[in-house]
Amino acid sequence: MKMSNEIKHHLTDELLMGYSAGTLPEAFNLMVATHLSLCDACRAQAESYDALGGCMLQDVPDTADLADGALDATLALIAGGAPAETPKRPSCDVLPAPLRDYVGGSVSEIKWKPVGMGVKQAILPTSAAASARLLFIPAGAAVPDHGHKGMELTMVLQGAFSDEVDRFARGDVEIADEDLEHMPVADISADCICLAVTDAPLKFNSLIPRLVQPFLRI
Amino acid sequence: MFAEVEPVEIESAADAVDQVMRQRKSSIRKGKMAVNREDDGCKPQAEWVSQVLRIRDAQDKAAFAELFRHFAPRVKAFLIKSGSNPSQAEECTQEVMATLWHKAYLFDPSRASVATWVYTIARNRRIDLLRKERRPEPEDLTWGPEAEPEQADIVSLQQETAHLRKALKALPQAQRDLIEKAYFGDLSHREIAAQTGLPLGTIKSRIRLALDRLRHAMK
Repeated sequence: MKMSNEIKHHLTDELLMGYSAGTLPEAFNLMVATHLSLCDACRAQAESYDALGGCMLQDVPDTADLADGALDATLALIAGGAPAETPKRPSCDVLPAPLRDYVGGSVSEIKWKPVGMGVKQAILPTSAAASARLLFIPAGAAVPDHGHKGMELTMVLQGAFSDEVDRFARGDVEIADEDLEHMPVADISADCICLAVTDAPLKFNSLIPRLVQPFLRI
Repeated sequence: MFAEVEPVEIESAADAVDQVMRQRKSSIRKGKMAVNREDDGCKPQAEWVSQVLRIRDAQDKAAFAELFRHFAPRVKAFLIKSGSNPSQAEECTQEVMATLWHKAYLFDPSRASVATWVYTIARNRRIDLLRKERRPEPEDLTWGPEAEPEQADIVSLQQETAHLRKALKALPQAQRDLIEKAYFGDLSHREIAAQTGLPLGTIKSRIRLALDRLRHAMK
């Protein structure tokens, strides 16, 4: 996977720390892992939060004694051999490894469902605490003006989009909350593919998208 | 020692961490961390590195036993603190320590201390176990062939981590608590309520009671 030094919009410290602490919902973990696959700066930051976790583990206030014979039991586990590694999926220019695991292959394996106006989506299987989906926005097309109920993160995987905030290209993450109402428009040069995760349903501002929304499962 | 650092308001664990990082920078500037004679009662972290390498290179069971005695009781405590019951934590700790053996070839001492590495294995296992969820991991770094890391890089990374640990220990307890909660308190109130079927209010007051008792016990 080619590294890019041009990423302008990064994850927040809270998200990186939550990823390191293991307290984020699965869909947000997927977003963080995907961004870290493309962004060395955030990867280094996340690893220093891991170092913090290591320090907390070293100095955990009370240690807990293991059962008698635990060391022997562990050596017996070791003698039983390592668990089988999950096979690595072949690389893909659009989807970093963590996403390929959820899609089940490269970008051509994505099972898109049309959601109107040329926009397509594919919901990824994560725990229900938050949802993750891939979005396909045709070159030059717009996603209807909408607000957000909870927190929504959108990361560009292919192409680029622009909205009231800025322009977002591969690796850039837009963090939207209740205060942001926007209408992302895909660049004319290429179809735009994004990963979007949210902890609440999107709300659209015009009547028709709102009626459609329950069918989108977003 | 950190008196020259401007105090900042601590609102979240991330703020507390930010504070630690600022303090480290300030101390490094003043050359205060150049010499570290203080004995914190633990073996230096760099020493655990040699045990992992002995497991990797020679399947050394004595080296494993040393790591086990040090880390297993900490991993078990971490798992219990973040919501496992003791028998689950026991079993899971043994699996974490076995993983350490099997994955010793992946350990890179120029990138992480042994404690950091053990922490990440334990955290991932905890997500598997308690939440029955996958944990997506970033794609492996792919620039250049894997080379044996430089000794100087290993030493500096291991020292950095030791400084971080010292800075953390020097934090006021309240700030340490925030960070500990962020790392060890896996479940939000709402999640706990959903799992146990107890109403949210009861959970909150129980947590408050437990915290009060804890604060009382620390006086």
